[in-house]
Amino acid sequence: MSVLLEARGVCRSFGGLDVTRDVNFKLVSGDRVALIGPNGAGKTTLVNLITGDIAPSRGQFWMGDDDITGLSIPERVRRGLVRTFQTTRLFANLTVADNVALAIMQRKRISRRIFSSATELPEVKAEWSEILAHLGLDHLAYRKVIELAYGQQRLIELAIGLALHPKVLLLDEPAAGVPHDEAPKILDAINRLPADIAVLMIEHDMDLVFKFARRVLVLAAGRLIFEGSPADVTADHEVRRAYLGSYADARHSA
Amino acid sequence: MSDITMIHAPQKRVPFAQEAAGALTILALGAVGYFLYPDDLAFLTRLIGIAFLVLSLDLVTGYCGVATLGHAAQFGVGAYAAGIACIRGVTDPVALLGVGLVAGTIMGLISGALITRFRGLPQLVLSIAVGQLVAGLANKLSWLTGGSDGLSGIEPGKVFGVFGFDMYSRTGYLFSLAVLVITFVVLQRFVRSPFGLMCRGIKDDDLRAKMIGVSIYPRLVAMYGVAGAVAGIGGALTAISTGVVGLDSVSFERSAEVLVMLVLGGAGHLWGALAGTVIFMIFEHVVAAANPFHWMTMVGLLLILIVVFAPRGLIAPVMSLWTKMTRKGKAA
Ligand SMILES: Nc1ncnc2c1ncn2[C@@H]1O[C@H](COP(=O)(O)OP(=O)(O)OP(=O)(O)O)[C@@H](O)[C@H]1O
Ligand SMILES: [Mg+2]
Repeated sequence: MSVLLEARGVCRSFGGLDVTRDVNFKLVSGDRVALIGPNGAGKTTLVNLITGDIAPSRGQFWMGDDDITGLSIPERVRRGLVRTFQTTRLFANLTVADNVALAIMQRKRISRRIFSSATELPEVKAEWSEILAHLGLDHLAYRKVIELAYGQQRLIELAIGLALHPKVLLLDEPAAGVPHDEAPKILDAINRLPADIAVLMIEHDMDLVFKFARRVLVLAAGRLIFEGSPADVTADHEVRRAYLGSYADARHSA
Repeated sequence: MSDITMIHAPQKRVPFAQEAAGALTILALGAVGYFLYPDDLAFLTRLIGIAFLVLSLDLVTGYCGVATLGHAAQFGVGAYAAGIACIRGVTDPVALLGVGLVAGTIMGLISGALITRFRGLPQLVLSIAVGQLVAGLANKLSWLTGGSDGLSGIEPGKVFGVFGFDMYSRTGYLFSLAVLVITFVVLQRFVRSPFGLMCRGIKDDDLRAKMIGVSIYPRLVAMYGVAGAVAGIGGALTAISTGVVGLDSVSFERSAEVLVMLVLGGAGHLWGALAGTVIFMIFEHVVAAANPFHWMTMVGLLLILIVVFAPRGLIAPVMSLWTKMTRKGKAA
């Protein structure tokens, strides 16, 4: 299995607070990994480090044979490193269709065109219609994002991520804020992705973690303290102590 | 909810319908000016020249979210370039427009390269600095620009070798109107293009734009170049049709005034830029004539009213009404 993304000894602190401590992991082709850990463990910070939002104070990230630590955010995206945001960051004053269309056009390298009508380009429209339909958002295509409910906005985060055809997809709590009966759409969307890409999902909802992940990483106080199968994670003593507690008990009693 | 973007929703009708509607609207308004106010054509010609500058400002401020108080530089450089070229023997009006366009583009690229490196207050201050630098140069290089006397004696040839510029500004007006229509139609297309849409995305959230793989800085510089071209055309038109270029064309006051016009009409929409220019300039023209001492007070009052009652500009309520009407039309 080829390694798509690798973290080597990554550290980061904010004003004396070590938020990321010597983190090492690999994402290989076909990976479906859950990253879990208590609030404030540094999960989002780790994603910010991977995507280049913030720079590590020590360590590197590699994609294949390339050290990407020094690359800018857009350069990393162009290599297939794509994320969604825990707190939605969308083009709020544009329509849902435009939000997804921009991602598609950027991927297809046609976003510099200056004379064709953006959203209605047939090859672009076919794609965003399909993505939106799968997420049950098609009826909202021409609504401004700012007018939508928060749960719907969360799904647009995912739609943009999908539109970029990622090689490595980092999902930061994609289900948070999404109404419970719509959450399965997220798993459906992930299941439709090409099998060979790597997906890392930060998620608190253990039900979702168990359905999604074949591997679980546990982060506590900035350190990766466990790596293993979803079944093992609930059994691991240290993880339970650090974090799981109630979730594990709930599953056992269920 | 007032809703400007809905205008971009699918209107699967005639291609170029929006562009045609835009052109016809401007032509109709232009005809009203031409036939009802034949004595004010010189003023209306100046108005059209300024409209280019406001449209240009809209491209960087309304569409990209760049804060600038130095935008007159692009306009002024276009005007001076065309004026100087004309005095030195390039008298064909269309060629002079080309000179203004190129000069404006270069100025736009330079300004953009400096200004869009920064955000927020530093950006605003830098834009003022660039504007002041250009104004200072226009004053200092008097062998080229005429200094504080300005350039005069700009006598362009006939348009297409047929229509000479007359003292009633008829040719100047119609020529300016025609160029405005063409520019406006091109811009309508441009702002709906992938490039234009991406600029609006960058304005909304630049981190999101980066996270879909967009390099922001080159985009903004390019947009500044386009804006410079538009402003440069406006400057050249003004130089050609008035025959003079003065320091006022690069002044801070000019930069500030056009920002007021844009806010008045509604930033982020081409019609907003046009509406703001027309309303502000006519208001100024009428009130300044009636009451030369208090017209700035009146303008201030007008602005306060607009900001309180139509914070997104005068065009926003019009656009939402239009949206409602077209939505109803579709439902029916
Ligand atoms: N830019 C920053 N400056 C200072 N401190 C920060 C910054 N970003 C994150 N932190 C701190 O780092 C710690 C980890 O935050 P992070 O958002 O990564 O946690 P998380 O695991 O994603 O938590 P949650 O489950 O609540 O989303 C927190 O204590 C947070 O306050
Ligand atoms: Mg987080």
